[in-house]
This record gives sequence, structure tokens and C-alpha cells, in this order.
Amino acid sequence: MNCLKPIRFAGAILFTAILGAVFAAVFAATASAQDVPDLGPKPHLVIKPMESHIGNVTGHAAAAKSDYRRYCAGCHGDYGDSNGENAVWLDPKPRDFTIATFKCRSTLTGTLPTDEDLFNTIARGLTNSNMPVWSTFTKQQRADLVAYIKIFSPRWEKEKAGEPIKIPAEPPVSMESISHGKALFTKLECWKCHGPHGEGDGPSAATLTDSKDNPIRPYNFAAGKGDSRFKCGDTNQDIYKIFMTGLDGTPMPSFADVIQPNDAWDLVHFLRTLQVNRHSKENEVLSAAHGVIPPYVDKNPPPAAAPPADNKPPGGAN
Amino acid sequence: MKAHYKTFVVTACTLLILGFGLLYSTRKTLNVSAAASGGITGTIKLDGTPPHQKPIDMSKEPNCAKEHASSPVTTETVIVGPKGGLKWVVVYISEGLDAATASQVPPVKPTWDQKGCQYIPHVMALDVNQHFEVSNSDPHSHNIHPLPKPNGANHEWNRSQPPGTPPFDQVWAGEEIAIPVKCNIHPWMHGYMAVVKGPTAVSDDNGSYTISNLPPGNYTVTAWQETYGAQSQKVTVAAGKPATADFTYKAK
Repeated sequence: MNCLKPIRFAGAILFTAILGAVFAAVFAATASAQDVPDLGPKPHLVIKPMESHIGNVTGHAAAAKSDYRRYCAGCHGDYGDSNGENAVWLDPKPRDFTIATFKCRSTLTGTLPTDEDLFNTIARGLTNSNMPVWSTFTKQQRADLVAYIKIFSPRWEKEKAGEPIKIPAEPPVSMESISHGKALFTKLECWKCHGPHGEGDGPSAATLTDSKDNPIRPYNFAAGKGDSRFKCGDTNQDIYKIFMTGLDGTPMPSFADVIQPNDAWDLVHFLRTLQVNRHSKENEVLSAAHGVIPPYVDKNPPPAAAPPADNKPPGGAN
Repeated sequence: MKAHYKTFVVTACTLLILGFGLLYSTRKTLNVSAAASGGITGTIKLDGTPPHQKPIDMSKEPNCAKEHASSPVTTETVIVGPKGGLKWVVVYISEGLDAATASQVPPVKPTWDQKGCQYIPHVMALDVNQHFEVSNSDPHSHNIHPLPKPNGANHEWNRSQPPGTPPFDQVWAGEEIAIPVKCNIHPWMHGYMAVVKGPTAVSDDNGSYTISNLPPGNYTVTAWQETYGAQSQKVTVAAGKPATADFTYKAK
């Protein structure tokens, strides 16, 4: 009897070991099951009854469900989080609607864009990116998509869109206006990123990142031919809006507090001359003057001291 | 003559008594107000060798490079004083505040200055809805670009501030510890704004801090440092004398 004891003991150990192994295997299986991405049905997306108002057209989120899934989700993702299956291949990245930060706004920095702003972006597309022109959609389809975009961020339920900035009537293009615009380009240090000739090669250009830490390039005004466009529209009014409201989510700040409305038009006129390959009224005025912008003479100089010599772009603008 | 002398003595005595009475009563009221609000004081230390703070190359901004030519500016992720005190730590009350104290917004308007291509201060504690001013003391432009967490009460904004422009006023709508602030033109510029309700403090060069205007009670006090994060402890604040709460971070 006594001689059986060690065997029984060994059996007990073996039994415990097997039991332990089975438990470990089961535990490992459940643990790895948690690590594997969920391949089952995705969590239900609640389509909140958001609306948009474009003139006399009212957009409804629910109406845009199939258009969004067919035309937008591939890049912007089913959940509007910019994680569509194509997103990994894109630069710049698709807009993330869950954070409700938008580049093209007529409203001040930090505020939500108007419905028209989003509507125009969809129609226009975003040049130098993979966002195509969606002018093939009807006005109603686009309005519905604007409403659909709002289901992804709670900001749209808590806040109203910002007030659009007021844009005074554009003064006529003149050499004086262009020359003042050039002085502003230097003084406001647009060249720090955009470069002295607007070629996107300023001293700070190489280190720029967007708000998601992706590298981003400043706009190169000189690139492209006659069709060179801006992301947020191509009229002089659009350029005015771009630098006054800033492009939220990017390094481009708002200048609304620092540029007087009429001075802003002078800057617009100068920026047009940086688009060297583009036909424009501004470039006509410039070539009539043999491409020379005279230095700006302030008729009412402010009492403040002149900026230090170090504050000038290397080589000078244009 | 004698009558005059008597009147003088009586008046003098009355005045003396009145004077002492007044002194005593003010002392008493002072004592009362001190009893109504206590505080927390302490030191934050770093245990171990702090990570190396790299000197910043500001040659892309000649004004700033010149300004710091004699003593180059370093990064400020962990700043330790001579006695091991940790600077730029935000200390705040995370639990136990009564509604009245929590809703009190300090009447001061702090300044967030940009000077020599640095944020002065590097870390600023603010109350919710407390106004602050952003100013630019440099002879060149900055853009002020705070990046709060998406979908909270605070929203990202980005404003240009060329030299000579007046300071502008801002507030934050909700608690957030802490909002990173950057300047895209000068990528080395980093700072934090900690927005929290109730009395707060930021540790000084010696790692010391003092939170005042705190009614007696039981609190959880939390320290937040940009590299090492947050840690908390319970503190009982009694009337009059400030309670002590020291913190120690382990160097990683």
C-alpha cells in the first residue's frame, strides 16, 4: 500500500498540470480573441436628425445615408473619423468629421463653419488633395450631405455656426494697392512659411505639422499654370477669407484682428501677383509696370518705431 | 489750569482706550478672516536624474538667437532647481471643493507673453472663464495655436500676432489639464495652459507652491507635470494654518 503512495502523488501532480494547461489554453484563447479586431457587425451608427439650410434648400441627414456610404465613406470612414479604407494612402488625410475642425470657413478661428461653407467645399472639391469636385450632385444632395456631416460630432448640437466675417467691397486693382499688399506680406511675416516669393519655401516651412502632427506644406503660390487654385475657393473674396479666418487644423493662423478690412484687399491683390503663371488683373497691372513693384510709401505713417532690420525676408518679397 | 489738565488726561485716556479697542477689534476681524480660509503649501521634488534638457537652436529667428546668445535656452519638459525642486508643476484641488469656492473666478487677468521665442510663463494655471491676455513682446510675428482635446468644451484656435499689435483677451470654457500651446513659425515653442476650477498654484524655481483661499475641509490635491503626469493625495485643511502636501516624482 505504502509503495503506491508516490505513484498516486505523481498522478495528482499530473492531473493538476493538465488542468492548469487546459485553463491556460482557454485563457490564452479568450485573451487573443480580444486582441483580434472585431470582424462582426460594426456598432450601430445613430443618424441624428441634423439639418442644413442653404438658401431655400433644407438638407436632412437621413436622406444622405446612401450617398455618404457610396461616395464619402471610402475615405472619410463610415463613422466620419477619417479612417476609410483609402485613407492610409492619402496625403493630405481626409477630414475627420468627429472633431468638427474645418479649414474652409467664412467664420472666425475656433468656430464652426456655416452650412454654406461646407456646401461650397463639397461642390468645389479641395485642390492639391484627393477630394474631388462634387458638382455633379444636385443642390439637395449636397445640402443633405452637409447635414450628414453634422451627425459625427456633438459640437453641432451644442453650438451654432460662427458669424461670417464682413467683407467690404473690393477696391480697384492698382499698383498702389499691390505695393501696400507687398509691404503687409513682409510686415506680417507671411514669408516665414510661404517664402519671400510665395513659393512655399520660407524658413519655417520644413517643420510645419497639422493639428494631428502630420507634416504639411505651406501653399506655393507660384506652382501650377493658369489653373492654380486655392483649397478654399478661387475668387478674390475666397483669398480674403482664407487669411482673415485662418485654416483651422493647420498652421495657417487667422489675421482677422491684425489686418484692417481695406488693407486685406491690398494683400489679396499682392498675393495674386505671386501666382506668376496665372492670368489676372493684378498681373496685368504688374506687367504694365514691367514687373516692378515700387516700395510702399505710407501717407499716414504710424508713430510706432520701424521694425528691426532682422525682420526682413532674405532677398525681399518678389 | 488744573481743570484743563484733568480734561487732557480724561481725553487722552479715552483716546487710548478707544485706540486699543479699535486695534483689538481689527485684530479679531483679521483672525476671523484668516480662520475662514486656509491653504495648502508644499514642495514638489524629483527623485533621480532629470532627463537632459536640449539647448534650442534659434538660428532661424535671428532676433531670438541674439537675445539668448550668452545663455542658450533649453527645452523645459523637466526643470529641476538646485535642491531637487521641480518647477512648472500645476497643483489643484481635484476633490472636495464646495460649490461656492469652485465657482469663484479669480479677479486677476494673467498674461501669456511671447518673449525671446519662449512662452512666459511656460505653464499657466487658469480658472474656467478666467480672462487672460496674450501678448507679443518680440519684434517679430508669432502665431498662438492652442490644441485642446477634440469635442470637449474648449476648441482649437490659431491667431497671428505680429509685433506691436495690442494684447488680445481670451477665456477657456471648460476644465482641461492641460491644453498644449504651440507656435508653428517657431516649432520649439511649447507651453501649457491648465484650466481647472477652484484655487490653483504652479510650482516655482524651488518646486514650492502655495494654494490659498481654501476653506477648511478635506480635499484631494493633485499635482500635474507635463512629462510625468498627475499624482494625488488627501489633505485636511484646518483654519488658520496652511496644511502641507509634498509630492515626489520618480525620474524616468
